[in-house]
Amino acid sequence: MMEYLPKREIDRHGLLAHLFPKPDDYLLLAGLAGAAKDAAAWTKETDNLLTLGGAMGGAISMGLGMALAAPGRKVAVITGDGELLMNAGALATVASAAPQNLTIVCIDNGEHGETGGQPGHTSKRTKLATLAAGAGIASVMTVSKPDELPAARDFLADAICPKFLWVRVMAGPPADYKRNWDLIDCRLRFRRANVAAN
Amino acid sequence: MKAISPRAAWSRLIFDKLIHAGVTLFPYIPDFGNDDLVKLAETDNRSRAILLSSEAEGIALCAGADLVGGRGVLLMQSSGVGNCPNMLSLIQGGRFPMLMIVTMRGDYGEQNPWQYPMGRAVIPILEAMGVQCILVERENELEQSVDAALSAAFIAERGVALILTQKFLGAKAF
Repeated sequence: MMEYLPKREIDRHGLLAHLFPKPDDYLLLAGLAGAAKDAAAWTKETDNLLTLGGAMGGAISMGLGMALAAPGRKVAVITGDGELLMNAGALATVASAAPQNLTIVCIDNGEHGETGGQPGHTSKRTKLATLAAGAGIASVMTVSKPDELPAARDFLADAICPKFLWVRVMAGPPADYKRNWDLIDCRLRFRRANVAAN
Repeated sequence: MKAISPRAAWSRLIFDKLIHAGVTLFPYIPDFGNDDLVKLAETDNRSRAILLSSEAEGIALCAGADLVGGRGVLLMQSSGVGNCPNMLSLIQGGRFPMLMIVTMRGDYGEQNPWQYPMGRAVIPILEAMGVQCILVERENELEQSVDAALSAAFIAERGVALILTQKFLGAKAF
């Protein structure tokens, strides 16, 4: 019998490095908790990355603002399933605005890892790829097994924007990485590196 | 012949000042009071109107634009202020510039009782989250108030709400 939801067989460790061979090509925005830790550990907090430590539900919208204000740059939002679902209407906003430079990657571990691993909707009935496609996102892909990752990398390189990649990862802790929590400092550092470059 | 909206003249004044200040992104939730302003942003080739699902998105969107040197303004009705506090922690915590233009319901002459609870809570909520409120009650206050809001947002880099009251807008009749 087919499972209702795709299994979660992908290891989140090393995932982003595999999906994005050239992180410097992107402006990167990571939603709070696990996604932020993975993104920070992957890039060693490059100047092209801003990670959120709060403002849950804001990652996609913040990435959309970056994409609309810097149409000449590629923007990628890396976020988790809980963060995304707190403001799922943002997917409709992205679809209507249709930025030609915005990529969204959802690292779905099916649980609220930061608060103790409580199960989330994507461990029950919710299909984020269906949600994104229903919102009207141009390109949507789901990956749940390690051998699908090369196709996911090609999708991120080639598919029409805005695009949404739903990655079903195994439960367990994200990267162990101590991030800069000073948002004033993070904003100024990001702007110094990226404002003049537009 | 299509009647000219009573909001057309002051909407044009606000729009021109925003454009002059370098604002290009106009995320919005539609309201009776901001309808003309949104139409200007949709039709002018220097600006872009972006329909949101929730006001909170507009705060994050403007902060994202700031990260790459862009400027935005969030256009919304007062009832949507209740959707914003958590996202405003981004503005206060990161000292992002943030300009909101809030068209009021539930403050002066309102007939719909559903509008009063949020109407009365607008200023306490915004102030609790560190957003300065600049109220416009009369037409002759508008120009200076817009300038003050632009200075607070984009020069001082703070959160500020330009609040267009029902004394200024006129209350919607049912």
